[in-house]
Amino acid sequence: MNVFIVIAAYNEGKSITRVISGLKKAGYDNIVVVDDGSKDDTYNMALDAGATVLRHVVNRGQGAALKTGIEYSLRSGADIIVTFDADGQHRVEDLKAMIAPVKSGKYDITVGSRFLKSVQMPFFRRLTLKIAVLVVWFFYGAKMTDAHNGFRVMSRKAAQTIDITSDRMEHASQIVEEIHKKNLKFKEVPVTILYTDYSMQHGHGGMFQALRVLARMIIRRIIN
Amino acid sequence: MNITIIQIFVILFALFAWSRAFLRMRGKSISVGEFSFWSLIWIAVLIIAIFPGLTGGLSGFVGIEKGIDLAVYVSILLLFYLIFRIYVGLDNQKNEITKLVRELSIRDAKIRDTKIKELKRKK
Repeated sequence: MNVFIVIAAYNEGKSITRVISGLKKAGYDNIVVVDDGSKDDTYNMALDAGATVLRHVVNRGQGAALKTGIEYSLRSGADIIVTFDADGQHRVEDLKAMIAPVKSGKYDITVGSRFLKSVQMPFFRRLTLKIAVLVVWFFYGAKMTDAHNGFRVMSRKAAQTIDITSDRMEHASQIVEEIHKKNLKFKEVPVTILYTDYSMQHGHGGMFQALRVLARMIIRRIIN
Repeated sequence: MNITIIQIFVILFALFAWSRAFLRMRGKSISVGEFSFWSLIWIAVLIIAIFPGLTGGLSGFVGIEKGIDLAVYVSILLLFYLIFRIYVGLDNQKNEITKLVRELSIRDAKIRDTKIKELKRKK
């Protein structure tokens, strides 16, 4: 089976090489990095590390970058598509357990969850993520322990079915919505998120960004 | 009939805005439908500016004391609607830009892929 790993990267020059070589060492060869208009050397670093690199000429946001990578993987004949973070938060060791349920054909998509085992996490991050879980439950009726984990594995069918129209961070909630709207079989798999100093600085914002995402989700609901 | 300075100002502005809309239609940057929409609005503004008494009857009918108040309320509603339209339009445009950027990046990657393959074959 053709497994493609999609990594959206924006100014991740410091970590991208390590992430790609980790994946390569574990035997994953189809690595698609989408450089989302980075201002640093992400593009060349990723190329040198041996990934297929796509470049957005202007920054379009993480959701848009992931969709680009997914689209490219589909056109290149991927059977299974993994979304993986560029900042080294995700562990290559968790990949096997994430892929297995999709590979077996029992599930269309697996989503990583950092809350299925007990974890150490900064208080505000935990609070924000828990509120996000509530919001997702409220909006979409989706019961998940961790709605905003960027670590996902999709079957080809799931990747074709899920339509990401949100360019920015709300794509995470949108994917959850799509899973439920389109009745995809999903499973949460416990994963370990590495909170390094680097990933904390680069992390996906604090409460304010979370609030902005929420506001955009509501506006989107009204418009559509 | 006494015409106040503010009335003259509004009339001139409405005429100016209407002529802009007309020129933009002639330049084909807005459609005839859109021009009709703007024409209706500016004609209404002209009529109300020239005969402010007209709004008195209407405002009484809908339960607002002064005619000018009704005009202000309606304008605010209209502004909200237009902002909403702009928001939707911007959103669509953002999506189109993303689509363009995506296709460009995929195309570039494909071209590079085939070049690399050719180089390998030559070796």
